[in-house]
Amino acid sequence: MNPGKALLRPDMMPHILCPGCGHGIVLNVLIRVLARRYASLDKVALVAGIGCSSRIVGYIDANTLHTTHGRALSFATGLKLARPDMTVIVVTGDGDGLGIGGNHLIHAARRNVDLTCILFNNETYGMTGGQLAPTTVTQAYTTTSPYGNRERAFDAALLATAAGATFVARGQAFRPDLLDDLLDQALDHRGFSFVDVMTDCTEYFGRKNALGGGSDLLFSQSRSDVEVTRDLNEWPQLQDPHGFAIRETLAMGVLHESDRPTLEAVMGLSGYRRGEG
Amino acid sequence: MAAELISGNEACARGAIAAGLTFFAGYPISPSSEIAEALARLLPANQGVFIQMEDEMSSLGAVLGASLGGAKAMTATSGPGFTLMQEHLGYAGLAEIPCVVVDVMRVGPSTGVPTAPSQGDVMQARWGSHGDRATVALVPASVPEIYQMTITAFNIAERLRTPVVLLYDEVLAHMRERVELQPPAESALWERPRASAEPGPRFQPYAANRELTAQLPNFGEGYHFHVTGLMHDERGYPTTDPETVRRLMARLDGKVEPVPGWVPPERYRLDDADWVFVAYGITARVAREAVDRLRESGVAAGLYRPRVLWPVAPGQLSEQLGRARTVVVAEMNQGQWADVVARYRPATVRVLSQGKLGGEPFTTEELLGLAQELTAKGATVL
Repeated sequence: MNPGKALLRPDMMPHILCPGCGHGIVLNVLIRVLARRYASLDKVALVAGIGCSSRIVGYIDANTLHTTHGRALSFATGLKLARPDMTVIVVTGDGDGLGIGGNHLIHAARRNVDLTCILFNNETYGMTGGQLAPTTVTQAYTTTSPYGNRERAFDAALLATAAGATFVARGQAFRPDLLDDLLDQALDHRGFSFVDVMTDCTEYFGRKNALGGGSDLLFSQSRSDVEVTRDLNEWPQLQDPHGFAIRETLAMGVLHESDRPTLEAVMGLSGYRRGEG
Repeated sequence: MAAELISGNEACARGAIAAGLTFFAGYPISPSSEIAEALARLLPANQGVFIQMEDEMSSLGAVLGASLGGAKAMTATSGPGFTLMQEHLGYAGLAEIPCVVVDVMRVGPSTGVPTAPSQGDVMQARWGSHGDRATVALVPASVPEIYQMTITAFNIAERLRTPVVLLYDEVLAHMRERVELQPPAESALWERPRASAEPGPRFQPYAANRELTAQLPNFGEGYHFHVTGLMHDERGYPTTDPETVRRLMARLDGKVEPVPGWVPPERYRLDDADWVFVAYGITARVAREAVDRLRESGVAAGLYRPRVLWPVAPGQLSEQLGRARTVVVAEMNQGQWADVVARYRPATVRVLSQGKLGGEPFTTEELLGLAQELTAKGATVL
């Protein structure tokens, strides 16, 4: 049996996720990691914004906070500074965390508050119907880029690194084994840790770009084998119906790690338990 | 108790500390920045946290996160920033998260006249956030009252688990007055309701107490529960059930109803007045002098000064104005609260709106001139 299952709220089910969506895999990994790490979630808070990914915090039986669109990191910053004794995990999506909430992401990274931010990156706005996101690759079709995306996509990991995050990783829903380790390391880290998790929106992004069903789409994001845990550089180059390459190769694994005092430590907040520095 | 000469903004910061503030997040904006500056100095020395955020949305977001962790939390801003905070004001109201938001009013719309005084955010305080919602907004009229009313704002916010807006204009913010600050007794500080049930799967954070207020514990106290800006049932779980939504909205409306009774209006020479000014904030100070001058010239003038603009207590308003013949609502806007007075006035009372724009407070002479002009036209006689 899944050791994380006891952490779910059965009366919140059924969940809102579509068949073929990778978010449930990420949720599964997250509750397994939580169950392994914490005897009780009394001191664990999960803070989310708005979107499909952000809904998953409600399924976890902990201190859960479903905030406004893009602003989860600001709520989490306030909560962590008021309650440094708590573990605060932020769940966000690519539209939530990089579009409307992009400013809060870079400032949270800069401040180095001891938060763990998990960004579910499905390259589109799923809940609103599959619109163009700041992570949608060039040329890809969405409901608001019917002639193909003319813009360039963010590399969320590079952005977080440049902004000062002290732990940055990228995982994917297709490889829960690797993701498990990355989330574990992110929670171990003292300071702002950021995990960009490639997942899929089969209903909108997959359908608009003829990428197949849920498993096809997840597989399209990876050709990894179990030997590779870092710098996974060879994602398949898929073609859209007009022959354009719509996939970029992104590095996977732990991409950046540095040691810098957290804001809580610099402020000298009492009750800050996760470390001295 | 030593006498001091301090500004309104400093009185606000000091009042917040006296009320037990432990968390402030804000973003610089004139004419409110001195509140943040004072708290950046005072909070760390009082075991509190001060943080400057990247904008006003995140400022109120951080305040709400801290409040859920158990902090008494506040932010301060001015018109444009208050606009950016509206979404989180709606969130705080619906999710029932205590907080105090200070809005020091300057001329708008947009960047307007930075930073000349105005009272133009009255309706923004009421309806700025989308959707119907209950609102509490308090309006002090002096530096010592800013101190006291900041404490009152925290009391109401905590007791009713609601955002409370403290509205005052730039004149009061920067004006210095002599004060002797009297910290409140411990018993004069109201706390948020405690959860009456034990933790467990049947725990209902949004089950209301007798004051129609949800009894959420703070995060990290062993209760597991969900907080959301979606319409929710008593478990805090999202719902689209129309009846549950209506019940929740009615409860949120009902719980703020006692507020005007807790913070009664000032009645100045009102008992026998048939010429009444309705004014709040700095304008009330001017109207008070106009009342005295009118009395000297034989006009039975009086002042009704609301200290709560929202919610309105219709009964209180119509009863207080019942004897008057002519009511002049003077405010530094285009008549935002005059509409309220007109709506709830007794049938025998004539209500006139006297707005003033442009970033200057009223002068006594202006109000006297208005009185003479209207009297000449027979305004006090119906």
